[in-house]
Amino acid sequence: MMLAEVKALLINKFGEDVIVGEEAGVLQPALLIAPDRIADVCLELRDNPATYFDFLSCLSGVDYGVDEDCFGVVYHLSSIPYQSQLVLKVSKIHSRELETLPHFPSIVSVYRSADWHEREAFELYGIYFEGHPDLRRLLLPDDWEGFPLRKDYQAAEYYKGVKID
Amino acid sequence: MPFVVETRYFYRHNVNTTTSIYDQALKRYQQKIANAATEDMVLNMGPQHPSTHGVLRLELITDGEIVKEVIPHIGYLHRCFEKHAESLTYQQTIPFTDRMDYLASMNNSHAWVMGVERMLGIDKEIPKRVEYIRVLVCELNRIASHLIAIGTYGIDIGAFTPFLWCFRDREHIMGMLEWASGSRMLYNYIWVGGLFYDLPVGFEERAREFVEYFKPKMVELNGLLTDNQVFINRTANVGVLPLDVAINYGCSGPMLRGSGLKYDLRRIDGYSVYPELEFDIPIGTGLMGKVGDCWDRYKVRVDEIQESLKIIEQCLDRLQKELKRTPEFDPRAKLPRKLSPKPQDYYVRCEAPKGELGFYFIHLQRKEKDKNGNDRFFDTEIPFRVKSRGPSFSNLSVLPAMSKNVMIADLIAIVGSIDFVLGEVDR
Repeated sequence: MMLAEVKALLINKFGEDVIVGEEAGVLQPALLIAPDRIADVCLELRDNPATYFDFLSCLSGVDYGVDEDCFGVVYHLSSIPYQSQLVLKVSKIHSRELETLPHFPSIVSVYRSADWHEREAFELYGIYFEGHPDLRRLLLPDDWEGFPLRKDYQAAEYYKGVKID
Repeated sequence: MPFVVETRYFYRHNVNTTTSIYDQALKRYQQKIANAATEDMVLNMGPQHPSTHGVLRLELITDGEIVKEVIPHIGYLHRCFEKHAESLTYQQTIPFTDRMDYLASMNNSHAWVMGVERMLGIDKEIPKRVEYIRVLVCELNRIASHLIAIGTYGIDIGAFTPFLWCFRDREHIMGMLEWASGSRMLYNYIWVGGLFYDLPVGFEERAREFVEYFKPKMVELNGLLTDNQVFINRTANVGVLPLDVAINYGCSGPMLRGSGLKYDLRRIDGYSVYPELEFDIPIGTGLMGKVGDCWDRYKVRVDEIQESLKIIEQCLDRLQKELKRTPEFDPRAKLPRKLSPKPQDYYVRCEAPKGELGFYFIHLQRKEKDKNGNDRFFDTEIPFRVKSRGPSFSNLSVLPAMSKNVMIADLIAIVGSIDFVLGEVDR
């Protein structure tokens, strides 16, 4: 399944607005999806007999740098019947304040494998997944402060009163 | 609902004046445990329990001997792989990848190295001998990893002898790989563009000897464990994982193949020299019970060892004949001087012993301000972002779905059949 076909299929189903861009001419082309439609797009791509992207290989939260103030999520789908791969990206300009977090729709209802990946992205990047059934912490201790993989993260000086060298 | 997380509440769980999803999820979880504490029993399995194969804590809500719910808690072995990778060069990170799935270090570094080579555009220039050596050591390592899986699975079920046999045979592989790389488990042998060293003189002969020695040992092991009626009774029809559930949860490797799907990235993607090699893809057939039960997953691993032996023999044939070592051959000849790819992002995947191992790289140029305040860009050898997708991570996440209403003793069998390594789950 070529990228152009997937694009045509999505535009046909959801309208022009759903695709906000395309990364072509690189090693792995990607489709940039409107952030609030990502769950619908994934559901369509999973169930449409022409695509059957039934396997979520990887879900990565990304912080695009201190100057950009842009957060994103990258989805690597693969189709077992057609043996093809697809990259979807969503991103959003958002402030780095810890009080308000960028939010994207959760795709746990489509792929259960997204469950732990989204929990991981939430605690390491502070990206919020709307509609996630159980958005608890995964890897870090419950009392960890801040989001360690953000580019502006400062390592804490003390942990539970003990100085960190 | 406003999307606000009040971070100051992250460590005060008893304060209930927040509306965040995080706190709601935490409260739901605590309520579940609190309710269970009055009706059922809450049991902690791990983090120091031998059958959890590492530091994994499973919180079980049990009704008598029936497990009503399993809540896994991971993160005890979190070593910030992704954070480290953002401050080290591609070459310096290879030893860190070895420590993810520490039972199959060769496969991890192979995946990493393949990704970097494809980003640099040098993946077609790697000499054939180097590729065959890579596949050879990866398959040896796959056998070692599966031997651990089989041996410790026997221990979980209560059979001690197979464990000792597996470790005895694994020791031969460890010895060989130590001879090649200088280290027993964490090799740092496969480098970007080549290898650390060529194989030592006599390695091919010793590997062939090992294959000849090992084949009858597998027959013995099958007689002792695979066809053992007690073992079959404990594992057949236990922990059945239907194929659609396995795919939806992102299971891969022997977990997915055990559920009856012929899906192996060595064939699908055909990376390295695998298209030139002949091997079958074993799948679960439900021989002893239902398709996708614990015995099927175990059997897939046993069969994969046979297939790996086939691959090793073919590699040795090529390495001893047309790709024979020559005095001029230098596995470091193609090592790139500068490991700085163009700005791009790339997801590489390969078939590790436990399933699909993936690395997602984002490479950007380093930005600096010059004295006029303009941005200037420099090549860098450090990735901007690395995400690793360990096969054990997704394979373990299916555990709560697989172990609804099973006996506690069966849960041990299910956990063992998943064959995860916590170093890779937590990274």
